[in-house]
Amino acid sequence: MHIKLRYFASLRERLKRSEETVEVPEGATVATVWNQLKDKHPELAVIERSVAFAVAQEYVDKTHLLQDNDELAFIPPVSGGLYV
Amino acid sequence: MSDTQPRILCKITDQSINMQELADFVADPAAGAMATFVGMTRNTNDGRQVVRLEYECYPGMAEKEMSKIAHEALSRWPITKVAMVHRLGRVDIGEASVAIAVSSGHRHAAFEACHYAINQLKETVPIWKKELYEGGELWIGSQTGATGSFQRVQEEDRA
Repeated sequence: MHIKLRYFASLRERLKRSEETVEVPEGATVATVWNQLKDKHPELAVIERSVAFAVAQEYVDKTHLLQDNDELAFIPPVSGGLYV
Repeated sequence: MSDTQPRILCKITDQSINMQELADFVADPAAGAMATFVGMTRNTNDGRQVVRLEYECYPGMAEKEMSKIAHEALSRWPITKVAMVHRLGRVDIGEASVAIAVSSGHRHAAFEACHYAINQLKETVPIWKKELYEGGELWIGSQTGATGSFQRVQEEDRA
């Protein structure tokens, strides 16, 4: 299956790209793709607890089953803290 | 309130936020109160001298998540209309990056719904801000989250 990945903000700068398409086996979940990415970029482990995931522009959890041609976005923490 | 008029305005823009546009949108003969919130770029943050902020979003999803918040506010409180606008790109000191206006029959619902909308926006709408300060730049995430560590890793890498 082909999955389109989208990266934003700190993640985009860190990976030096805003999107790419990866190939994953049938039955792959969000966790499968995240773990692949983490294997290539071990420094991502530090945002493990705070990154969120969206498929087709809806938040999903890591166990979400991916379908061919899905768009999976990695959402680092959204802006906050300046108005309080 | 006419049934044919839209009750929700959600917008992401790279232009200056015009508060009058929000006020005009939520104005309604049935509304006796309007509460507004405006978030602006402050000149200091966490001991740093802030030069400006830069915002980016996940186009499409950001509008969808804002719209969910507006619908939720309409279902939770007896409010008349709600308008939410977020700016993208460069936002200088003192300029508005986000604005919310809520109208209702009486003030209590407008205050509560407005408070809910800004808190929720900051939690769930995929919009990120980069702080450019004197001596560096930083993506600002949840102050208690792990983003801080990620930033430190990036800074160590550059060192």
